[in-house]
Amino acid sequence: MYVLIVGCGRVGSNVARSMLADGHTVSCLDQDPESHNRLEVGMDITWEEAGGLFTVGTALESEALETAGIERADAFVAATNGDNTNIVISQIAQRRYAVETVIARILDPLRAEWYREQGLHTICPTRIAIEMLEDKLRLAAGSGPGGEEA
Amino acid sequence: MYVIVTGAGKVGVNLSRELIDQGHEVTLIESNRHRYLGVEQLLEHNVLYGDASELWVLERAGIERADMVVAVTGDDEDNILICQVAKEKYSVDRIIARVNNPSNRPHFDLLGIKPVISATDLILRLLEHEVPHRNLIRLLDLEEEEIEIIEVRIGSDSPIVGRTVGAVGLPEHTLVISIIRDGHGFVPSADSEFKAGDDILVVLDPEREEDLKRALGHEKARSKPG
Repeated sequence: MYVLIVGCGRVGSNVARSMLADGHTVSCLDQDPESHNRLEVGMDITWEEAGGLFTVGTALESEALETAGIERADAFVAATNGDNTNIVISQIAQRRYAVETVIARILDPLRAEWYREQGLHTICPTRIAIEMLEDKLRLAAGSGPGGEEA
Repeated sequence: MYVIVTGAGKVGVNLSRELIDQGHEVTLIESNRHRYLGVEQLLEHNVLYGDASELWVLERAGIERADMVVAVTGDDEDNILICQVAKEKYSVDRIIARVNNPSNRPHFDLLGIKPVISATDLILRLLEHEVPHRNLIRLLDLEEEEIEIIEVRIGSDSPIVGRTVGAVGLPEHTLVISIIRDGHGFVPSADSEFKAGDDILVVLDPEREEDLKRALGHEKARSKPG
């Protein structure tokens, strides 16, 4: 499938490499040309030699999205460092370009929750971290001194 | 009326002040600490420190009872998000969003954010009124003598297409002195016919320019550039 990843930071670049390794067509869009280097971490050939695509541009520009291939994308990942940007471009991908699978990374749990209720597929790393921390702490509380469980 | 304004830039601050002066209740939300402190001197308790795209901040500002939300931050994404949640989550009746970059306007439309206001668009529209349209070129302008020669492109929707110079009856004190067609110019006679795509040279009294534009259907052509 054709995967378009917008935002080539730690999350975007890692997902991009994995999807490329899985044999998918992967196109990345980021406004910072330097972020291209992040794609090649741990690779001994260039991103392009490995078959990857990279476009420099702003996520809100329709032209940049189209250059990056949004019209033929089967999956769209919004992973820029701005929650609001991710929310807006995901909706654009969904409504204007009818991309089949659209996933938005949203750090703020409240916004992630509400947009999930509105039908957006959201991933909230903050929520995941909160739950993991709570689990660890409850586990420690349960097994250590002061634990209420038997 | 209770109005929430987001973004304490020049627009947000001046708008809030005007609304307060008019007797409205206003909360202005600003996420930059430094800017917030500066504006607080001016608007005191009407300013709230926080990121207006965080739902709890909007709730703390009392968005549930707001009659209107005006999003005028410098970020189009933020303005879209704030208006979208105001409208769809908190059922605020009226929203107004500022478009910073005119090329983002379609995104506002797509997500049902309206009305929008764009300073760039407004100025462009004013410019179009003030500056001659590119379909009209002033070739010679003798201000003292009050006479000018202009070149005008005849659009396909112009009412004079297919009619002769003699039959058209252009406004008084205007005279077609040349028709340029396919790169070749000629001096027309009364039975020369205008065709779409012609460039015509007209000598006229500058005061009759608006009349001439109307007669050529130029006003209509302006809304369809190209």
